[in-house]
Amino acid sequence: MVTRLDYLKETPSQTAGPYVHIGMTPNWSGISGVIPEDLGSQVVTDGVKGERITVAGRVVDGGGNPVSDCVVEIWQADAGGIYNSPAEHRTGADPHCIGWGRQAADENGRFVFDTIKPGAVPAPNGGFMAPHITFWIVARGINIGLQTRMYFSDEADANRKDPILAKARMIGRDGTMIGQREGDSVTFDIYLQGENETVFLDI
Amino acid sequence: MNDRLANARAEAGAFMERDHSQHPPAYAPGYKSSVLRAPKQARISFASTLSEKTGPAFGHNMLGELDNDLIVNYAKPGEEAIGQRIVVHGQLLDQNAKPVPNVLIEFWQANAGGRYRHKREGYRAVLDPNFGGFGRTITDENGYYWFRTVKPGAYPWPNGVNDWRPAHIHFSLFGSGFAQRLISQMYFEGDPMIAICPIVNTISDKAAIDRLVARLDMNNTIPMDLRAYRFDIVLRGRRSTFFENRPEGN
Ligand SMILES: [Fe+3]
Repeated sequence: MVTRLDYLKETPSQTAGPYVHIGMTPNWSGISGVIPEDLGSQVVTDGVKGERITVAGRVVDGGGNPVSDCVVEIWQADAGGIYNSPAEHRTGADPHCIGWGRQAADENGRFVFDTIKPGAVPAPNGGFMAPHITFWIVARGINIGLQTRMYFSDEADANRKDPILAKARMIGRDGTMIGQREGDSVTFDIYLQGENETVFLDI
Repeated sequence: MNDRLANARAEAGAFMERDHSQHPPAYAPGYKSSVLRAPKQARISFASTLSEKTGPAFGHNMLGELDNDLIVNYAKPGEEAIGQRIVVHGQLLDQNAKPVPNVLIEFWQANAGGRYRHKREGYRAVLDPNFGGFGRTITDENGYYWFRTVKPGAYPWPNGVNDWRPAHIHFSLFGSGFAQRLISQMYFEGDPMIAICPIVNTISDKAAIDRLVARLDMNNTIPMDLRAYRFDIVLRGRRSTFFENRPEGN
């Protein structure tokens, strides 16, 4: 007798809709007094190890309009390349690096995260992935959350060896995943559609 | 850096590939907002790495006592939200049918009249001064969750000339890895508005739509107080890792 493989099917996604802020940044949306502070407003806390940076950018639609009603989340490793997560198998994560952040974009589709530059993270088949920050974007009109990564313009060597950037390079689109670093600021604009459409990941 | 790769625990398993036939496509012109916001290029597919296998965790101690009680969490002291009182409950599982414990679920909804407490809301239905429309909870050790609220009303929205959303509650779900991050909406059994909703119909698979419909659960109602709706949720499952005695996903 052959065993039947009956894996469950994932619950289908539905758009976060125009009122996503009520659920994800309630204080920002004016619903105060339910929770003390919106989750994800701090990616790192005082005493964090590593280079402090700000990561800022805009989310833009296919008509060149700012996506002013989106919510952006990021997820990153600490300066040593370790994730502050129960699913991380290595020990020694920096307790001051939460590594997760969430922001409602402003009327110009703009987000800003105060964080640190992450370290390199081991790649699945040996070696390391270049330092990167994972992005996840939801909004009205986005039917399933969009995931991408931001790499750093000041890591050209590491970027050349990164397995995911290599895939994007094969189709000439790796540049859309590079945040441009100037001093302590990194700029990363995300284009949902059009000539400069950002590479999104199924990962 | 190699010392970080030694010992400790086995690395968590990668996630099963997402079955996109169960999800709406990015571009679904029946839902007009998707037209300019849908990426047109193919996604780059890659087995999940440590960056997706890990994810943030939130402790139960983060929660306030009323976080999962929308009937009172925004109400003035001694007052309550107006509407049909319900409890929504269910189990959060992964594709291996394993419970997903200790993860954050956030939910938001319109009030009983179908009105959101939001600056961009344009529906003329009135606000309930005692209803905020936001709540959250963390699944217990068996993946169960529950919250108390009022049944939201249907509401009109600018898509077609006369499109109305079925009554629904928005859900935001975390898992143990960031690849499981998911936002969805829960509908109510028997609602005739479900079949004619352009957002529901971005999903082409009827059986998939049915899995977004919570079932009226009369065995768990509280007489003279609340009706219960049951809504189980499934997140992506991890693949087995065969480096330990016991495959991790099994
Ligand atoms: Fe809604």
